[in-house]
Amino acid sequence: MLEGLLIGLTTALSIQNLLMVVAGCLIGTFIGMLPGLGPMSIIAIMIPVAISMGDPSAALILLAGVYYGAIFGGSTSAILLNAPGVAGTVASSFDGYPMARQGRAGKALTIAAIASFAGGTIGALLLMIFAPALSSVALLFHSAEYFALMVVGLSAIAAFAGTGQVAKAMIMTILGLIMATVGEGALFNLPRFTMGVMDLQSGFGFITLAMAMFALPEALFLVLKPKKIEGDDGQIKDLRITRSEARAIAPVVGRQSLQGFFIGVLPGAGATIASFLGYAVERNIAPKHEQEEFGNGSIKGLAAPETANNAACTGSFVPLLTLGIPGSGTTAILLGALIALNVTPGPRLMLDEPQIFWAVIMSMFIGNLVLLILNLPLIPYIAKVLAVPRNYLIPFILFFTLMGAYIGQNNATELLILVGFGIAATALKFADYPLAPLLIGFILGGMMEDNFARSMQLYDGIAFIWERPMTLALLVIAAGLVILPSLRARLKS
Amino acid sequence: MALDRWIALILLGICFVYGYAAWFTMDGSLAPFMKRNPIWPSTFPKVLSVVGVFATLVILLGFEKHEAKEAEIDYRRLGDYFLGQALLLLALMVIYALSLRPLGFLFSTSAFLILGSFILGERKWYVMLPVAFIATGTVWYLVQEVLGIYMRPLPGFIGG
Repeated sequence: MLEGLLIGLTTALSIQNLLMVVAGCLIGTFIGMLPGLGPMSIIAIMIPVAISMGDPSAALILLAGVYYGAIFGGSTSAILLNAPGVAGTVASSFDGYPMARQGRAGKALTIAAIASFAGGTIGALLLMIFAPALSSVALLFHSAEYFALMVVGLSAIAAFAGTGQVAKAMIMTILGLIMATVGEGALFNLPRFTMGVMDLQSGFGFITLAMAMFALPEALFLVLKPKKIEGDDGQIKDLRITRSEARAIAPVVGRQSLQGFFIGVLPGAGATIASFLGYAVERNIAPKHEQEEFGNGSIKGLAAPETANNAACTGSFVPLLTLGIPGSGTTAILLGALIALNVTPGPRLMLDEPQIFWAVIMSMFIGNLVLLILNLPLIPYIAKVLAVPRNYLIPFILFFTLMGAYIGQNNATELLILVGFGIAATALKFADYPLAPLLIGFILGGMMEDNFARSMQLYDGIAFIWERPMTLALLVIAAGLVILPSLRARLKS
Repeated sequence: MALDRWIALILLGICFVYGYAAWFTMDGSLAPFMKRNPIWPSTFPKVLSVVGVFATLVILLGFEKHEAKEAEIDYRRLGDYFLGQALLLLALMVIYALSLRPLGFLFSTSAFLILGSFILGERKWYVMLPVAFIATGTVWYLVQEVLGIYMRPLPGFIGG
């Protein structure tokens, strides 16, 4: 391993590759801030540039830098504008945006930068140590376990929605899952619930739904009831985190680096599940008085998903590099780039082309450091977005919301769907229905049905539930997560 | 009846319609060989419709106890807020969606940004106009020229 590390270090520290890391992080951060352009689209756009370089190590280092940068950029728009352009940063807006609204935008961005750095760095360390062994563990998870894991994730979201909110969160999750079934899925090759509308053949766009659930209702609420953002007025005085805050988030960062990484290793799970589960777990284990702060600007609530999503991004490289299986859409695009560069990822990559394998790992350390060094000084400028007067800020939020949906689908009908969903989401917000579970259900819906269908086919029915102990255990946990809070509330009353 | 229950009622209706489609209409057009599969396109939707009906009934029948908390905006007093501005902005978004292709990106986006600020009460034209034009031009350049995503810049009738 030491020899590999040295090879990787030499490759990653070459001037060309260092420039690639810096360029990748910068490009990723700035484009990732635009709602609608997530890591997947940015990496897809950058592939021709990467391939034209001809050097697989440099190309992969550039794309990995873009990946990290885009995740951090996505967090920035989630925190400042409540417009998460990437599914993996939705959970960051739960507490990041309330912090920004309370005049703690600078602090929120600092926590996000540090948590991302820690998650990414610890993740890279774990990748280095566990990559060979983890690839065999990931193979133990079959479609039945993936299905059960997603049921646990969705149940956790409903269970931790708060007192009296479990049923509302559950119906929102179901609504998200229902919306995910609209369109022509790869599994059956049949259009479902399209009502004969051609534009619905490919289903609803994720970005459209994300913008409609978060950015649009928030902008409409700002129009209906103008609120002054307290404190900062664009003059970020509150960048530093105090010693007690650092002490509070340190264990969260440690736990979520580990949890996020191991979730990221599972193909199909990725940053989104890791960030939501991380948020749910931290909220659940926090003391009672701190639990109430979650959703209202809790620093732990921000640090948890930020750490977990970056650690999971690193973890998702394990199945990619060791098995050649992409764990997420983004790594699938990376796999395409690798194949185009005549590199075949798989168990032999470490042996046949150690310079690529180890250079990518080393560039993760460098990339995370570069991101931290670049982003911390930029925070006061990034956070100035909040000082833009309301009369200009709101039209711009609405414009970026519309653009996000338009760029993603290149279809004007999508904009009308966005407005319609935005109005519905605002009504749901009036009635105190949580909107995040809907989006999570929508994101996981396709994967969940795929894994459910595959398990049904393999076992010729639902026998997989009791014939696979790990699946059964996960489903029992999921049932417990939904039933226990209601039982506890009933017993209390 | 409180708004959350009205919404639960609407969602119950959606679940019934969805469930009806899944249970009674989807399987009719299924090819015979697909009917031998343990999973049909309607299987997952059927499960979802049942769980959805159950969850909405929990809200409708008030099985889950919850404490009433003060809402950020009281929907019963919408007239007290800037409702007119919100409705005008929504209308503007719809017009923008419909005009983006025929009028081109540059014209429709500049108009959207200027009118959006105007609806919100801005009257400093010397700020509004340059901000809208510079922002529109920059975004168009970045999206079309740098990222390579095509967006018709000008109206079709002048060759956009």
